[in-house]
Amino acid sequence: MTITDDIVLRLTDVVKTFPGVRALDGVQLEVRAGEVHCLLGQNGAGKSTLIKVLSGAHTPDSGEILWLGQPAAFNSPQTAMKAGIATIYQELDLVDGLSVAENIYLGHEPHNAGFVARRTMRRGAAEILGRLGHAEIPVGREVGKLPAAAKQIVSMGRALSREARLLIMDEPSAVLAHDEVENLFRMVRALTAQGIAVIYISHRMEEIREIGDRVTVLKDGRTTAANLDAKTTPTRELVSRMTGRTIEYVFPEKPETTQVYDKDAPLLQVEGLSLDGRFSDISLTVHAGEIVGITGLVGSGRSEVLETIFGARRATAGTVVVGNKALRRGSVNAAVKAGIGMAPEERKSQALLLGEPIYRNVTLAGFARFARVGFTDSGRERVEAEKITQGLDLRPNDVRRPVRTLSGGNQQKVVVGRWLLGGTKLLLLDEPTRGVDVGARAELYQVIRRLADEGVGVLLVSSEVPEVLGLSDRVLVMREGRLVREAPADELDEDTVLDLVMAGSLLDGADLASTAPEGTAA
Amino acid sequence: MSTATTPSADPVELSKGAASSAAGQSWWQRDSADSAKRNLALIGVLVLLLVIGAWTRSDIFLDIDRLWSNELTVLTQASSIGVIVVGMTFVMISGGIDLSVGALLALASVWCTTVATQDLGPAAMVFTALAVGAIAGLVNGGLIAYGKLVPFIATLAMMLSARGLAQNISGSHTQITADPFIKSLAGDRLFGVPYMVIIFVVVTALGWVLLNRTTFGRRTIAIGGNAEAARLAGINVRLQTLLLYVLSGLCCGIAALMVVSQTTSGSNTHGDLYELSAIAAAIIGGTALTGGRGTIVGSLLGVLIFTQITNLFIVNNLQLDIQRIINGGIIVAAVLIQQFRVGSFFRTRFNK
Repeated sequence: MTITDDIVLRLTDVVKTFPGVRALDGVQLEVRAGEVHCLLGQNGAGKSTLIKVLSGAHTPDSGEILWLGQPAAFNSPQTAMKAGIATIYQELDLVDGLSVAENIYLGHEPHNAGFVARRTMRRGAAEILGRLGHAEIPVGREVGKLPAAAKQIVSMGRALSREARLLIMDEPSAVLAHDEVENLFRMVRALTAQGIAVIYISHRMEEIREIGDRVTVLKDGRTTAANLDAKTTPTRELVSRMTGRTIEYVFPEKPETTQVYDKDAPLLQVEGLSLDGRFSDISLTVHAGEIVGITGLVGSGRSEVLETIFGARRATAGTVVVGNKALRRGSVNAAVKAGIGMAPEERKSQALLLGEPIYRNVTLAGFARFARVGFTDSGRERVEAEKITQGLDLRPNDVRRPVRTLSGGNQQKVVVGRWLLGGTKLLLLDEPTRGVDVGARAELYQVIRRLADEGVGVLLVSSEVPEVLGLSDRVLVMREGRLVREAPADELDEDTVLDLVMAGSLLDGADLASTAPEGTAA
Repeated sequence: MSTATTPSADPVELSKGAASSAAGQSWWQRDSADSAKRNLALIGVLVLLLVIGAWTRSDIFLDIDRLWSNELTVLTQASSIGVIVVGMTFVMISGGIDLSVGALLALASVWCTTVATQDLGPAAMVFTALAVGAIAGLVNGGLIAYGKLVPFIATLAMMLSARGLAQNISGSHTQITADPFIKSLAGDRLFGVPYMVIIFVVVTALGWVLLNRTTFGRRTIAIGGNAEAARLAGINVRLQTLLLYVLSGLCCGIAALMVVSQTTSGSNTHGDLYELSAIAAAIIGGTALTGGRGTIVGSLLGVLIFTQITNLFIVNNLQLDIQRIINGGIIVAAVLIQQFRVGSFFRTRFNK
């Protein structure tokens, strides 16, 4: 346990400040060869900054970094890579137009007299993929044509090709479906068996339990607990180290299940909605004040259903009725006018103007309302946006800051805030807590429930079954473009839903689908 | 890497910028502290050019009357291209580009000076110029917004066709106009200021208000910053894109009238290479080719810097071909300086 030779990386009192923010305020970290070291912390706790310090994107103001026993300064990404530290970011940094082999060897292509040795490269790439247990990925395939899970494998292959001794993985499971995570773990284990150290960042406790060896917890840029046992440390203790308080109930209390919604007048009524090649014959209702959750695997069509209701995709059949008004197909404008708001899955590319101030992001869907004969009123927009962000406990709550300076969870609050501002009646949330840590998640759950209590209807999509069960009043399960089950959340448990979600062709899917509409809950 | 050492310099400035914009916002600070700083730097360049003028031709630049008349000349020369730059800035902020502006100017100038139009009087000439610009812009915008053509290609095609049409209509002849109203635009003054300059100032001011104070401007910035986010926020991205190219075309129509008045003629050779000058001025002014960023004030300063340099060459009897060489260098220098501005450099790193 205490053999110092084992330790590949040791950080002592690392500090990094930015204007107005002390991003790292004394971080201690110790990583051993061959271990999976988990980093836990809320949004803004300094995890991202820490990764950037280790990968050479930021230089710390003070503190000591010992790499393989030697003091080290990674002042550029190249230095860090040369030293043997590879980072796999949330947004995978692969070149879509290049082949798998070319991506794996990007920047250090094997060459002969200046010409790329293509054969050697392809052979090397195939060998590396083999070591990861994925020899089936064609090394000549264009990376842009691979699914997300395979891209991640290519990213890991790149790290191996550079003979990395330390691999930093920033929420690798965020882009993966449930079964793909298992596969990821197999690869991580294969790496650690070769003595490679892994720093693993995830917000999912069950993953940390399964793959992690030790845990270091960050809070407000400081290490609050180091080297805890990943398997045995109670969740409550970890959470309290992150938040400084013990969270008893992560999910807000639901209203009485006997609560009667006005059955005849649902807020949203979807009939036979279809989108060719994605999903077909989806019928559902959402009442005012109700939270309805849709779950299913990536590719089951769940996100597409939301996008089609919202008009971002044009339905090929079916109707969407809000109040008593049928919405025009394929018109976001009609949906927004009818009082629907959506927080899309990809915050950065689909929802935010990263360079614009927070308040302008909050008012993006509603600045016209504050305008008089086309003239905007920035002052009032700021005031109104500030009211919203205050209610959402945005940190830091300075609405003039550009949105890009916020952490993931706070960016999500901005997106939700956008629709709160407009007095939206129906909120469509696609993976609302993706990339959001435990503490901030609880807050988001509270916000969502509070909105429902105020009479907003919520239709949410999540790949995390506990989230859907814990937060929703009613749950819809989708598989391969069809609704396979609909039931009140308290009539379902995780195992049942997981079975439904994952059931292969062995189960008679058509049979389940035909019984689904009968399961309509009050 | 420079980030290691430079951040310490900028954070102070940054927070200062934020603090001052919080306290009392001057008209130029509203554009955000960052672009305000950039614009101050451009004003510095302009002052430097005047100092160079005072040094080389003290008889002009140190005599208040001669300086005034010289600077009015500069503004007059900048006026037609300046009007076009206003439209170009909008298009570029939205993430697009309009290569057809020079050709549209030529087409509008030719169309409004045909014998048939001239017979109908000055009102018809004005209307024709504006309508030709707006309709050609509508075609550009339609192809881009609804036909899904890349702006570069759509407006490149328009550039070729519009100039060809101008040649066809005029038969490659210069069409002289003697209309007193049209001629008065270039000839007359209001309180000693040429109408050309007044039109330039009014269009620029309207452009500034439109960009910074209206929903139209906000939509423009939004679709340039993130078109998908704008669409999912319920903004009609296609309609807005269409309108932006109409606006650019309309600016070309106005500029065409100004050029017709200055030269008392319409010609298919008018506005040659205006598209490049306009893009260059907008870029110097800090407009991003990728969209989402740019200011009217910056573009205005970009135009004035180019024109002031030309003026310096003229008053010093220097060769204009050397000036063209320098213009290229200025564009590179301006963009290089903006890229290495520690502020923006630092903030992209601070991302998330």
